[in-house]
This record gives sequence, C-alpha cells and structure tokens, in this order.
Amino acid sequence: MASAILRLPEHQAAALVRAYETAQTEKRRKALLGAAVLVACILAAAHFGEVDLKRFFTHIGNFTSYIGRLFFFDSGASVFSDPHEWLWGITQKNRWLPLLGQTLIIAYLGTILGAATGFIASFLAAANLVRSRWLRFVVRRFLEFCRTVPELVFALVFVVAFGLGPLPGVLALAIHTTGALGKLFAEVVENIDMKPVEGIASTGANWVETVRFGAVPQVLSNFVSYTLLRFEINVRTAGVMGFVGAGGIGQELLVNIRQFYYSDVSAVLLLIVVTVAIIDLMTERLRTALLGMEAQK
Amino acid sequence: MTEAAIPSAHVSAPSLRQAALAGRAGLLARHPGVFTPNWRRRGATIATLTVLALLLVCGFASLDVSWSRIVRGLGRLGEFALLMLPPSFGTFDRLELYLLALAQTLAIAFLGTLLAALLALPFGFLAARNVIPNVFAHFVVRRVLDTIRAVDVLIWALIWINVVGLGPFAGILAIMTSDWGAFGKLFSEAVEAADRRAVDGIVSTGGSKLHAVRFGLVPQVLPVFLSQVLYFFESNTRSATIIGIVGAGGIGQHFAEQIMVLEWQHVAFLVLLVLVTVAIIDALSSRLRFAIIGAPARAG
Repeated sequence: MASAILRLPEHQAAALVRAYETAQTEKRRKALLGAAVLVACILAAAHFGEVDLKRFFTHIGNFTSYIGRLFFFDSGASVFSDPHEWLWGITQKNRWLPLLGQTLIIAYLGTILGAATGFIASFLAAANLVRSRWLRFVVRRFLEFCRTVPELVFALVFVVAFGLGPLPGVLALAIHTTGALGKLFAEVVENIDMKPVEGIASTGANWVETVRFGAVPQVLSNFVSYTLLRFEINVRTAGVMGFVGAGGIGQELLVNIRQFYYSDVSAVLLLIVVTVAIIDLMTERLRTALLGMEAQK
Repeated sequence: MTEAAIPSAHVSAPSLRQAALAGRAGLLARHPGVFTPNWRRRGATIATLTVLALLLVCGFASLDVSWSRIVRGLGRLGEFALLMLPPSFGTFDRLELYLLALAQTLAIAFLGTLLAALLALPFGFLAARNVIPNVFAHFVVRRVLDTIRAVDVLIWALIWINVVGLGPFAGILAIMTSDWGAFGKLFSEAVEAADRRAVDGIVSTGGSKLHAVRFGLVPQVLPVFLSQVLYFFESNTRSATIIGIVGAGGIGQHFAEQIMVLEWQHVAFLVLLVLVTVAIIDALSSRLRFAIIGAPARAG
C-alpha cells in the first residue's frame, strides 16, 4: 500500500518540511504566549481574590457537611422521615406560600413593565426606523445604563427611597428588564424586512402608524419569546430581592441561612427550585407553541 | 375585475386621492379578506391583553402600595439624583479602596468563570446523549445541573461564606458553583450538536471511545466552549459587582455601604466605575470571541 503514496525528491521535500516546521513553531510560540498570559492572569486574580487553598482544603469538609446537614432536623432525624415537619411553612398560614406568591408577582410586574418600556425604546433605538443619530445614541446609552447597573444596586437605592417592601423590587427588576430586553428587541427590529415599512410609509402614514403596521407584526413573536425567557430569569432574581429588603422569599431564606436553621434552608430552597423548574417548563411550552403557530402561518 | 373600478392612470395629481376614494367600493368588493376584521384573531389578542393587564392590576393591588408612597419615593429619588452630582470619590485613600475592590471583582469573575468551565468540562461530555447513551445517567446528571442552576449565585455565596469565611474567595467559589450548572448544560448541548462523522471516522480507524472524544469531538466543540466561557465572563463581571452585598468580596460591599450612609456622590462614582469597566471587558471579550470563532457573518 505504501507505493500508493507519492514520494517527493529529497530537496523538494526538505523545503516543504522546513515550511511545515516554521508554521508549527509559530503556532507553538503563540500557544505558549497565550498560556503565559493566562497563567499571569490566574496568578494576579488569585492574589486579588485572596485565594487560600490551605483554608479551602482544611474547610472543604464544612461544605459537604453543610449540604449534608441541610437534610437533617436539629434532632438528628432525616427530613425525609417527616416531610410534614420539614415543609411546615407551607401548611402554616401566612408563612412561605404568600412570600413565594409575592416573589412571582414581583417577577411578573417587573417583566411586564420592563418589557413595555423596552418595547417602546427598541423602536427608538433601531437604526432602520429612526433617522436621528442623537436620539438613537441617547436611547442606546440609556438602555446600556439600565442593564449594566446591577438590579440589586437599583433595589438598594429604591429601598432607601420607597422604604422596605416589594415595590423597590418591582421597580429594580423593571429597570433592568428594560435595559436587557430593549437591547434584544432593538436587534430584532434592525433585522426586519423593510419592504412593508416602506410600503406603509409610501401611503403617507406617520411614524407611529408605520411602526405599528410595518414593523410590529414582524417582530411580535420574537419579542414574546424573549420576554418569556426574561421572565424565567426574573423569577430567579426576585427570589434574592429579599436579601436587600426588596420583598419576596429572599428575606426568609437569608434569615434561615444566617440563623443556621438547616432544615428550613433546604425546605425554602426546595420551594424555590421547584417553582423555578415549573416556570421554566411552562415558558418552554409556551415558546414552542408560539414557534409552532409561527411555522403554520 | 371591472374596468370602471380601476382609476385611470392619467389623472392629474390633486384628483388622485379623489379617484382612489371613488374606487374604494370596488377595492372593498375585490379584496374582502383584507378589509373585514378577523374577529376570532382579534378576540384572542384582546383576551390575552386583558388577562395580562388584569394580572398587572391585581398584582399591584396585592402589593398594597399607596400612591402617596410612590409619589414621595419618586420625589426622594429626584433628590438623590441631584445629590449624586458631581460624582466623586472623596479622598485618595477611598479611591485606592474602590480600585482594589474593583480588582477583586474582576478576579472573582475571572477565576469563578475559569474554575466553573474546568469543572463543567467532564460533565458536558457525561450529560451528552451521543457520548453516554445511558438514559438514566443522562437524566440524573441533567437534573443535578438544573438544580444547581436554579439556585442563585447570591445563595451560593452565603453557603460558601459559611465554609471559607467572608471575602472574595467565597465569591469565586459561589460563581464557580452556580455557573458550573449552566456550563454543564450548555457544553452538553454543544457536544450533542457536534457532527457525528468525525467521531465515526475515528472509530472506523480503530480508535477507542476516549480517542473518539479527544480527536473527534473536542476539536469541534472547543471553539464553541471558549466563546461561551468568554460570554459568561462578561456577564459574571456584572454578577461579581453585587456579590459583595452579602459579604463575598468585590465592589458590591462598597455599593451597599455607601447607599446605606447616603453618600450619593460616592455611589455615582462607583456606578461610573462599573459602567466603564463592564464596557471595557465587553469590548475586549467580544474581540477575543471573534478571533476564536471568526467574525459574525454580516446579513445582506
């Protein structure tokens, strides 16, 4: 079989081998340089991050034992032996379920308000619909500000302004959602087919009418899909809003963790995880149904 | 189609509109579908919007928020905004403190993302259907990853603080844990989407299962992995700014403190610091991403 391979004369082969080797060395040099930069970054980050491997390995047992202890009562019995006792806050009135409901309401209100504002802002930020350069610039920077400042920072500020409770949580989520969805929406709008827009503009429609009948029908399904995804994320975030006093079940969780009520921590976490999973499943269903409707058209 | 219904082409401009209006009856008759409203679709739209609006109103009602509180709060917000100008960091000692916290934040994001990716690497392959065809193993690994993902990074931070104490190290570990779940899921999806032919080729030459993964799958999925890691690094820079609120290091602690003591100029300065840093990280990492996977194809 070896005869099937074409063999070059020695001097020609040597040139090729040399070229191959220089290419290889170049590649290796780049890889080494990349690795060196990476190692330098890791060392610098480890320094600033106060990484302490000794402490980590001496205390790693705490982590596993912490996770383990979550599943036992103070009496030492396993939580699975008495689910009624474990999940006592569910059956007791005015305990966990209202807080969980409040978390969902915060997520819902934040998503709807944010999506509505993002909806309006996205058309103003789209290069194919707005001629004015400075208007687009202002709207884009505004959206960037909304999504870069973390929602918990907004929540902290709003807690000082409005007082403790779910209202700061709703507002903080709404602002962050405006920024995140506004950007995604604007990208969708910039990718639409311009023919319907031009057609409607040619009939003498004003800007709002052009957007309403030319752009909105093309982007609506994408918008809804993104909004559902955002709702999922917001449910998670609303779960920790209580950490800064902005309502929901987070406050309860924080107290339980700080007070070392292990079985309560695991029960509340279970509640959150199950809720998030259900919301995930429902939005997933809705989105596939929506895509199916889109395909039928 | 009747001749008379179509307006003649050579009417002068002012009468064009009149001609069009004159032909309206004909248009209506010729295209009934366009002009009669589809009540079933319209009804569905109205019903959906009504339900959404009702939920909005009921939700707000259930939160028991009074208008006077909103108005007062807005007034106070306006006050705060005025007090924020001009942003300032006070003394240079403070500036040094803030910059150190910023470096901590970046370190948390960087190491957290890196460790999460390394941890998730084996699970990405284990949770992929085309590597481990065992339905049970697949299901278990996926559910574990889902559970980890459902717990927010701040909750992980609180748990890790119990283990390694307050400070940025807990933040690194928290980001590592929470992103481990997300990476595991994304990686396994990338592996499942990989081209089978490369793997088949390796197996056909007598390669073992490990060879098939190393030479058939890894070269295909590595660029996808890397670009996802970079993307997460960007988003983790944002998460790392708040992780300090619960005491896990970084600039979040200063955010919480300065807001609590109403030092609005400092708050504004910190916000600016975060905005600029995030913008720089975004620009750097998107350039790196394009270098790895090639610039995105320009549409049209």
